Amino acid sequence: MNFPILSTLIFLPLVSSFFIFLSKDNKNNNSAVYISLFSSIATFILSLFIWYSLDLTSADFQFLEEKKWINDFIKFKLGVDGISILFIVLTTLITPICILSCINSVKHRVKDFLIAILILETFMIGVFCSLDLVVFYLFFEAGLIPMFLIIGVWGGPRRVYSAFKFFLFTLLGSVLMLVAIIAIYWITGTTDVTEIYKIQIPKEYQNILWLAFFSSFAVKMPMWPVHTWLPDAHVEAPTAGSVILAAILLKMAGYGFLRFSLPMFPIASEYFTPLIYALSIIAIIYTSLVALMQEDMKKLIAYSSVAHMGYVTLGIFTFTKQGIEGSIFQMISHGLISAALFLCVGVVYDRLHSRMISTYGGLVNYLPKYSFLFIVFALAGLGLPGTSGFLGEFLVLAGTFQKNYLVSMLATIGVVLGAAYMLWLTKRVIFGNTNNDEIKNLNDINNLETLMLVVLGTLVILFGFYPSPLLDTLNVSVNNLISNYEIAIQQGKIN
Amino acid sequence: MLNNLNILLPEIFLTLSIFSILMIGVFLKKSFNLIFNLSLIIILITIAIILNNPSVEEKIFLESFKRDSFSNFFKILILVSSFFVLNASKKYIVDKKLNKFEYPIIVLLSILGMFFMVSSNDIILFYLGLELQSLSLYILASIDRDNLKSSESGIKYFVLSALSSGLLLYGCSLLYGFTGTTNFDLIANELNKENTGAVFAMVFILVGLAFKISAVPFHMWTPDVYEGAPTSITSYFAVVPKVTGLAVLIKFMFIPFSNILVEWQTIIIFISIASMILGAVAAISQKNIKRLLAYSSIGHVGYALAGVATGAPSGYESSIIYISIYVIMNIGAFSCLYLLKKDGEYKENISDLSGISKKHPMLAISLLIILFSLAGIPPLGGFFAKFYVFAAVIELKMYALAIIGLLTTVVSAFYYLKIIKIIYFEENVTSFDSIKNKTVHISIFISCSILITFFLYPSFLNKIVASLFVN
Repeated sequence: MNFPILSTLIFLPLVSSFFIFLSKDNKNNNSAVYISLFSSIATFILSLFIWYSLDLTSADFQFLEEKKWINDFIKFKLGVDGISILFIVLTTLITPICILSCINSVKHRVKDFLIAILILETFMIGVFCSLDLVVFYLFFEAGLIPMFLIIGVWGGPRRVYSAFKFFLFTLLGSVLMLVAIIAIYWITGTTDVTEIYKIQIPKEYQNILWLAFFSSFAVKMPMWPVHTWLPDAHVEAPTAGSVILAAILLKMAGYGFLRFSLPMFPIASEYFTPLIYALSIIAIIYTSLVALMQEDMKKLIAYSSVAHMGYVTLGIFTFTKQGIEGSIFQMISHGLISAALFLCVGVVYDRLHSRMISTYGGLVNYLPKYSFLFIVFALAGLGLPGTSGFLGEFLVLAGTFQKNYLVSMLATIGVVLGAAYMLWLTKRVIFGNTNNDEIKNLNDINNLETLMLVVLGTLVILFGFYPSPLLDTLNVSVNNLISNYEIAIQQGKIN
Repeated sequence: MLNNLNILLPEIFLTLSIFSILMIGVFLKKSFNLIFNLSLIIILITIAIILNNPSVEEKIFLESFKRDSFSNFFKILILVSSFFVLNASKKYIVDKKLNKFEYPIIVLLSILGMFFMVSSNDIILFYLGLELQSLSLYILASIDRDNLKSSESGIKYFVLSALSSGLLLYGCSLLYGFTGTTNFDLIANELNKENTGAVFAMVFILVGLAFKISAVPFHMWTPDVYEGAPTSITSYFAVVPKVTGLAVLIKFMFIPFSNILVEWQTIIIFISIASMILGAVAAISQKNIKRLLAYSSIGHVGYALAGVATGAPSGYESSIIYISIYVIMNIGAFSCLYLLKKDGEYKENISDLSGISKKHPMLAISLLIILFSLAGIPPLGGFFAKFYVFAAVIELKMYALAIIGLLTTVVSAFYYLKIIKIIYFEENVTSFDSIKNKTVHISIFISCSILITFFLYPSFLNKIVASLFVN
């Protein structure tokens, strides 16, 4: 029996949150911060170890763990492959950064905040490790509780509205998925994902089941027109909350499409491709235009996230190697870039307590280090070649060109619009005249903030020039995904 | 003969001990404490007796009384939940000056009534048990007799419940008239779809039972009684009679009416959907916690009935699991109410909870767990309860019921979130008297830890419950 390394990875943050719960809580005592930092870094190292020891030549799930769970027939099954490991590492990387960021930005109830973040980390890693639909649903939904509290307790003035909207939107989407999961159980006799891959779910069920899963993922993604919770949640959430939301929670949906919708319902996936294309294009163009008009920095980045997620769905449903690899790459890179951008907003927000673009201007004269990093991430966000943002979009567009010219042409408009809103944001915040005297007295970013941003910036540029670590990890798993999909479609046509 | 009495041992023991503590109460002055503790011990001993009693199916007294694993399971559930409800409420009872020695005795009497209900195999015995239970409950509802609201709730409960008992009795007599017997097994043989009169009887009986478990549209009494009765009584009402009612409902579906299941099902599906919707919608605007919990319990009964509505053993099992987890959640929720004491007064308004997470973090986090669990959010126990019920519902391809049910959970999540919002997000801080009440803390702790750790062994109840329907 192997060491249950994935369970350790999942439950390490949970256990350490319990220790934080027991730790003494007073102003001069930072033990809570140290424990959480230590445990999250340990989790990160453990996840790197798993990545390192993963056999990349095999498309099978590895580090499998199985335990009897519900009634002998639903198993608590965990495992990783080339796709999920990237998301796990992203999660474990972002969490310590969030914990660092809260040292500056969270002023009250720090201990509770750290507990919430660590519990959330457990659930997020669980989502990416689970190989059973019920286990997946458990973790997927459980993440709502800590996130609801993070937005509601530490958020901005309209936090209650945003927290409720976030919770209820997501829950509404997910309950339909629960119905579908149970229905799958009664149709196939199992909820083990690897078993379901081997069984073709009958054609007549596929469409309806696909829609049920889609309702959940579309809300979480978020896709137009159910994206409206995201800007609200982002604006009101504290910096660390926004970072986790943008960097990881949104990726659960993309991951869900790849892990469940595509392989389990290939025929329905093909059938609904036009719908996905339409929604993605609307998301890309419409939300980019909306982002142009925003006066709130966080809202602007939030809308840009919706647009970027449009590329992700577009890429996944091209069913081409470039498209799928591109969308996974886009998710990872967006995880890094949007996290960094939200941290950048957080940095100035901590100083001036305003997210309005109009408050700022001419920061480059007073905060040179900050401005440099901000520009790096803004350029990465608009997809400048040499940053990871470029590669993701490029691959997705390359994949789309093979399938549909019109769609890819329209998607390209989004690239231009993306450049427009990002550059305009940079112009108004970093350059221009300083109208606000308070800016002149601001301190440049401190070492801690520099550290967080430089780590992310290095990765963004590294993957921009040298994407092979990510693409090599993905390669076999994506090939397997596509070949299985094509076989299933062929069979579907014969029947 | 003595062997036969063995079967009845729990009931005999309970009856004799009720009479003896009644004597103690009459002859000793200020004996509340003693009697209270004695009744807790009696409950524990009864549990031990039932556990030692073999659960092989046996019928006695002209097959009117049946002991089997089904009734034993429910008896233990009733006893355990009564134990925790009583145990946690002691300080409240004393504070509210309800410490009359009759209080625990009447509770025990109602338990005795429920015992006969769950093990009855005959309409007459069933009705007698029901009346014993109901009469005790009327008294309990109005036990705070100097309080206008409590008296009001007692009267309301009495009038409406008497009406429903009347309907139920009418149904029973119709049933007797059309089948010529009062025995469940014989009724089951006599009934078939051509027997229209029996369908009438079934409807009347169902109305009576639906009233007892406060399912829509027979729920009107619930909010008023919950609000008016003292909290200790409300928590008893919310837990124990519901368990019994559900047990009896399942029993009726399983034995006497099994041949006309289709007619039952239509009605129960309607009742279930109506309860889920009303429980979700009506609770939103409530300001009193007890009233809110009343509507929430109506909703929960709706979910439990969804399992019953399947008409299949797997559905009954899921309902029983649901009601067991519901019991755990409600014991926790009501125990929390005992801690909301400010300046010597128990607070019942939701707005009184404002910002308690700062002053009372442990209470706040317990409420958080219990409320999210009531809302059915994973990984807490309440999620698995819903999961089992809807798994059974979907197994029988009742997709509409499942989808409506799950959508109402989203609506009901809204009002649970509203309380959590008040506890965690509000700025102005309420602080309650710090109460050192170990029994309450223990109840809350047990309830919360079961709910949190439920996901580790989510099927520990399933095996026990599945064995109830082997025969």
